[in-house]
Amino acid sequence: MIRTEELLLNVGPQHPSTHGVFRIVVKLDGEVITEATPVMGYLHRGTEKLAENLNFTQIIPYTDRMDYVSAMTNNYVLCHAVEKMMGLEIPERAEFMRLIVMEMQRVASHLVWWGTYLLDIGALSPFLYAFSDRERILGLFNELCGARLTYNYMRVGGVKWDAPDGWIDRVKVFVKDMYNRLDEYHNLVSGNEIFLARIKGIGKYDAATAIDYGLSGANLRCTGVKWDLRKAEPYSLYDRFDFDVPVGKNGDCFDRYEVRLAEITQSLRILDQALEQFPGEGETMGKVPRVIRPPVGEIYVRIESPRGEIGCHIVSKGKAEPYRLKFRRPSFVNLQILPKLLIGESMTNMVTILGGIDIVLGEVDC
Amino acid sequence: MSEENNREKEQSPAASEPEASESSASESPASIPVEASTETPAVQAQPETTATQVETPSPASAPASTAAQEAGEAPPVRKKETDEEKAARRKATIEAKEAAKVAAAQAAALASAQASQPVTDGNTPAGKTADNEGASLENVEPPKPPSPNQPRLDRVTTLLRELAAEDAVEEAYINEANDHLPTFVVKSEHWLKAAQLFRNHVELSCNYLRNVSGVDYETYMEVVYYPLNMDTRECYAIKVRADREQPAVPSVTPIWETANWNEREIYDLLGIDFPGHPDLKRIMMPDDWVGHPLRKDYVPLDPEV
Repeated sequence: MIRTEELLLNVGPQHPSTHGVFRIVVKLDGEVITEATPVMGYLHRGTEKLAENLNFTQIIPYTDRMDYVSAMTNNYVLCHAVEKMMGLEIPERAEFMRLIVMEMQRVASHLVWWGTYLLDIGALSPFLYAFSDRERILGLFNELCGARLTYNYMRVGGVKWDAPDGWIDRVKVFVKDMYNRLDEYHNLVSGNEIFLARIKGIGKYDAATAIDYGLSGANLRCTGVKWDLRKAEPYSLYDRFDFDVPVGKNGDCFDRYEVRLAEITQSLRILDQALEQFPGEGETMGKVPRVIRPPVGEIYVRIESPRGEIGCHIVSKGKAEPYRLKFRRPSFVNLQILPKLLIGESMTNMVTILGGIDIVLGEVDC
Repeated sequence: MSEENNREKEQSPAASEPEASESSASESPASIPVEASTETPAVQAQPETTATQVETPSPASAPASTAAQEAGEAPPVRKKETDEEKAARRKATIEAKEAAKVAAAQAAALASAQASQPVTDGNTPAGKTADNEGASLENVEPPKPPSPNQPRLDRVTTLLRELAAEDAVEEAYINEANDHLPTFVVKSEHWLKAAQLFRNHVELSCNYLRNVSGVDYETYMEVVYYPLNMDTRECYAIKVRADREQPAVPSVTPIWETANWNEREIYDLLGIDFPGHPDLKRIMMPDDWVGHPLRKDYVPLDPEV
């Protein structure tokens, strides 16, 4: 009989597969994990505290730095919350610009996930494919607002910059190319036997568990729950477009992989329609008071970020600064299920499961 | 970077207002028409009374904009236009809302007539939230048609009173700004029972807890829960208040697993205790940190940071 010894192992905080600064203390019995304790806070910058001394326009750049691979959706949730509180109307062209950049951002974000996830599992070249395509999106964003990652693009009442000449056409070209690239991705990876052996049936949970843990985004939809805030509680202009909500059924890492790739296709579909309907002219900034002071009261606004439900809870006392600003970060909530999934798994699967949840540490720690 | 700063200023005149008033104060005796100079004292008084003026934007911003004109900044004509237009648009939206609500109001009146218990809380705090929407709005619209969610609010209030405790609900109102969200203030000692009701009762069955926030109101602490029923897509806000010196709210982690880390975060940043939580310890700050940073009376260890 083989006798094993219990081993306490620190994974992180600098381990590359954590995609940031994150530590998991795992207790190992041989190769099998018996206990896992996530330790976080290494990237905690106190965004919510800082925001209490800033006006709403000044907070927008801070939201860029929460989920730094999906800054556009973060911008949007804050602006949307303030607009809703103040009852502002947004010009249609501005709303279209927002929707287009948000969907491009979703594609870019899922590409980062796809590349790095496969890198975690051991496939090096997909990373280069994904990042070269993502670079095209970042290039387009750069043209639009002069930044590749931290855009500070949206404002309460609209967007800061109008699309430069020919930009919409360049996005159209990108969308067309991206369909073909997606086919290539599937050919390259999705049917690979080694890959399937690594992720099929790993990190499984059912719909009831997912709901109990408050999971959202692909982590929830992989169990078959058709819940996408763009459909369930439509915001922006999403009710004008025709798109599906892809769902899985087994709730394992493979389903999460498939759901995310299918979501890229759906985002491209939305982009197709949005670019076609894009109004030729119009304002990009609504009529907004010079000083943004939401009326006394509170609001909780949520939208679908690439990682799930990102929410913004504002308590206002009628000042230019929020009295309390709280972000519901999908990465933070989704990560809660990790210790439960890891128990009984082997050490090699730890990276597969953690990667499958798709966390961004800037958002976990806020 | 400096360009960026300028842009911010353009966006937020909060920063540029004091400058404008200062410069106009120094220039006004020499170069300004009579009408404007009568307004200068008001502008000069501004810095001392900012705290009160912040509450009432419209009267304060009018002299400020003329001051800005004298200082050679943004043209006030545009500003005036926006104000007028804004008022007109507000009026229009209110009228539209009213028209839309008429049907809902009739339905609500019917439903509340049927309800066994006359709801006293329902109407008064609803008026309170109307206040929140801004004083001008309240003035334009004296009789407020009941919200489409009013029957649901009444029904849940009744349920909580019958099944949790008679005095479980301190307040119940509709948060109109937030899509007419039914909001309840539940007493801390009855919260656990009320939470079970929200989770398990057939009519509610809120299986998904979407968010938990903690707020420091300086006189008391508040934890806000946002449960959601994924099938009917009905959402609620539940507020539980706690004493500020020894804040404690029963943990709902056994009911919704989502609450686990959220409560840990609130404990870490606001110092609210959650009795019944399986593993209440700091999550963001280091374990040996002193104090709870999001509290309003928090004094940072190093003021430079």
